[in-house]
Amino acid sequence: MIIFPCSKAPRYRPFLRVVFLLICILLIDPSWSLAQEDLTESWFNPNRVNMLVFLVFFFGVIIYFIRRAKKGKSLFIRRIAGLDAIEEAVGRATEMGRPVLFVPGIEDVNQIQTVAAMIILGNVAKMVAGYDIPLFVPICRPFVVPVAEERVKEGYASAGRPDAYNRDNVRYISDEQFAYAAGVQGIMLRDKPMANLLFGSFFAESLMLAETGFLTGAIQVAGTANIHQLPFFVVACDYTIIGEELFATSAYLSKEPKLLGSLKGSDLAKAVIMGILALGAILVSFGVIEFKNWFFIQ
Amino acid sequence: MRKFLEKLERLDRRVIFIFIGFSIALPLLFPVYTDFSVTAPVEGFYNAIEELPPGSKVLVSCDYDPGSMPELFPMNIAVFHHLLSRGHKVIMMQLWATGTLLAERAMTEVLEDFPEKIYGEDWVNLGFKEGREVVMVSMGTNIPKTFPTDSRGTKVEEIPIMQGVTNFDDVALLMNVSGGLPGTKEWVLQVQSRYGVKLGSGCTAVSAPEFYPYIQSGQLVGLLGGMKGAAEYEKLLGRPGTAQRGMDAQSVSHIVVFLFIFIGNVAYFAVKGKKKRLQVSR
Amino acid sequence: MRREIPIAICFLFGISFILEYFIPHEGVLSIFETIRQWAIIVIAFAYVLGIANLLRINYHVVQRKQRDWPYKIILMASLFFMITVGIVFDILGVGLGGIGEGTIFGWVYYHAQYPLQSTMFALLAFFIASAAFRAFRIRTFQASLLAVTALFVMIGRVPVGESLWAGFPDFTEWIMNVPQLAGKRAIMIGAALGAISTALKVLTGLERTYLGGE
Repeated sequence: MIIFPCSKAPRYRPFLRVVFLLICILLIDPSWSLAQEDLTESWFNPNRVNMLVFLVFFFGVIIYFIRRAKKGKSLFIRRIAGLDAIEEAVGRATEMGRPVLFVPGIEDVNQIQTVAAMIILGNVAKMVAGYDIPLFVPICRPFVVPVAEERVKEGYASAGRPDAYNRDNVRYISDEQFAYAAGVQGIMLRDKPMANLLFGSFFAESLMLAETGFLTGAIQVAGTANIHQLPFFVVACDYTIIGEELFATSAYLSKEPKLLGSLKGSDLAKAVIMGILALGAILVSFGVIEFKNWFFIQ
Repeated sequence: MRKFLEKLERLDRRVIFIFIGFSIALPLLFPVYTDFSVTAPVEGFYNAIEELPPGSKVLVSCDYDPGSMPELFPMNIAVFHHLLSRGHKVIMMQLWATGTLLAERAMTEVLEDFPEKIYGEDWVNLGFKEGREVVMVSMGTNIPKTFPTDSRGTKVEEIPIMQGVTNFDDVALLMNVSGGLPGTKEWVLQVQSRYGVKLGSGCTAVSAPEFYPYIQSGQLVGLLGGMKGAAEYEKLLGRPGTAQRGMDAQSVSHIVVFLFIFIGNVAYFAVKGKKKRLQVSR
Repeated sequence: MRREIPIAICFLFGISFILEYFIPHEGVLSIFETIRQWAIIVIAFAYVLGIANLLRINYHVVQRKQRDWPYKIILMASLFFMITVGIVFDILGVGLGGIGEGTIFGWVYYHAQYPLQSTMFALLAFFIASAAFRAFRIRTFQASLLAVTALFVMIGRVPVGESLWAGFPDFTEWIMNVPQLAGKRAIMIGAALGAISTALKVLTGLERTYLGGE
């Protein structure tokens, strides 16, 4: 039995034990794991044990929290202003009788951000279905079209409005980045949507879309994990979802247990990383470099 | 005066467009060639090639499209020129379909200064391969298996420069000219961190800040960020090109944007101040 | 089984790519290498599927004469034209076939795609100027910090900044290497964890969006 600092919340004890174990492992001199010359006959690369420890911990934490969420335990998520704004934007579009535009990025369905965007699209479709306003979804990649169609259809069906679903509103524009941007700008200028929701993987076309949307007077909420495009969204949009908040958006909107659980799990992993960073900075400041060396990947 | 300030605060963007247009076009037509210093990331990139023993094999991945050409094409030309002038062997490849013709054109331009260089012995173009990160990782195991032929259809095992090149252990340096995805980040994540190969990158200015952590951690030996990075690199090579020519345009346009921001804020505060005074007087 | 088989395939191959990172055994690596070659071939075939999907979608638009249907005809005609001159002509040995310099494909690339793409990208210069003029208003402390930092970096990164003050480039590099880098690193770590979490859900079948619905 490993003794660790006690917690007043018994349900966190198993995890605190795991974290304590990790810290003990990390403080061990890493020289025992240093390279053997020839690993071609080995079944495990000991130079990568640090990565394995982190992966096992991270996967375990996520699966644990997903199970907890599925058992009905409530999991708190802090308020994210940009995500509350989606509902406000949809409401404003309804008042003005103008459509909602959802742009799921320009990458294919095998990209994680597009997967996240599709999840959000389903939730937005459910929101929009009840208000009887059009939801336009211009698509950049052919493979994303059937996925988007299915998500929108499901959204409408789960809101009890399968009749309101219009397949023509999920529209393939072009594979080519700027041709797609020009097409979406055309939709913005002609149809004048009141709410522009830009979620997914964006590149150089992000500013074009955001600026054009601003000109039409739409409320704009954007979210991407492409760090290089965040400044443009911050400048041109009303709300910006930054980085991992994009992946949290689906959990935030749907409150689905598996999504909430994975969000909590990755939050805990981030907390552990922050602790390790702080500990590492302190130790290195006092000349203890073995701890830092454990994190080098060879 | 107040109306003028309010108009200034809500200036029609077309006025801004006109000023930006002139501020870029005029310096391009009448360059002054203002001097500038070279930053550390560019020096790192340059030194990485300088420190290679002559005859080293360098893999250059040209992953960009015509959109990012103004920033990356001068970089691409400068990299090829630097490598060939130092007697290194260039193995070029592309992970972007739109990069194939651009990379070929860059090499064609550079070869005008090196007519003695022979295809297959001094340089080779492995061509484009779809698969993004899968291709990168596959090259780490076996490059000839990933690229069985070059862009001209010749079997890789028949190409002299590719003799003895099995994976990244057999290349001295990997250079990436990157316009987006897949690009520098993927090369760092999938190749540099896994196989430990020396990696240098040239990228667009908007992406450059994202890669500073990789320079600090040593995962990138150097970084050319945008047209400025390309201009600094051209300066180090002593070979002024289109990047240096573009620096004046960039300088003037940045000053114009700065002035507009300044004017906008002056007008904003003046109008805000007037509104407050009006409210108080009521 | 219509959903279970793709999920099982996704899990097996996803796990194999993860395991490959930890298992250096030569025999095992050769199996993973074969799997990677399969992946490259499947990705190449995805082009064929992509073309078929593209034609299917645009054909329906033309058939129903929906919005912009004439452009869809131009799109499909262009697609067939480029495939013909780039691949078919090359296989048949017709002059000017292929995709290199001096071919029809190359000519269309340099005289159509290159100027069009460059022009669209160039529009960004104008958009960023108007966005900067509008957004960099010193309304709050954070906004003023944003505006001042942006101005320093904008001027410091061009030669004229160095002409105004010799220390500008070093100061700009400090901004890039310290505060900017810290923020970027934090966002990168967070985004990476979010991506890993989503990828895990896809691998284990908890997330099935990519299959096209529940």
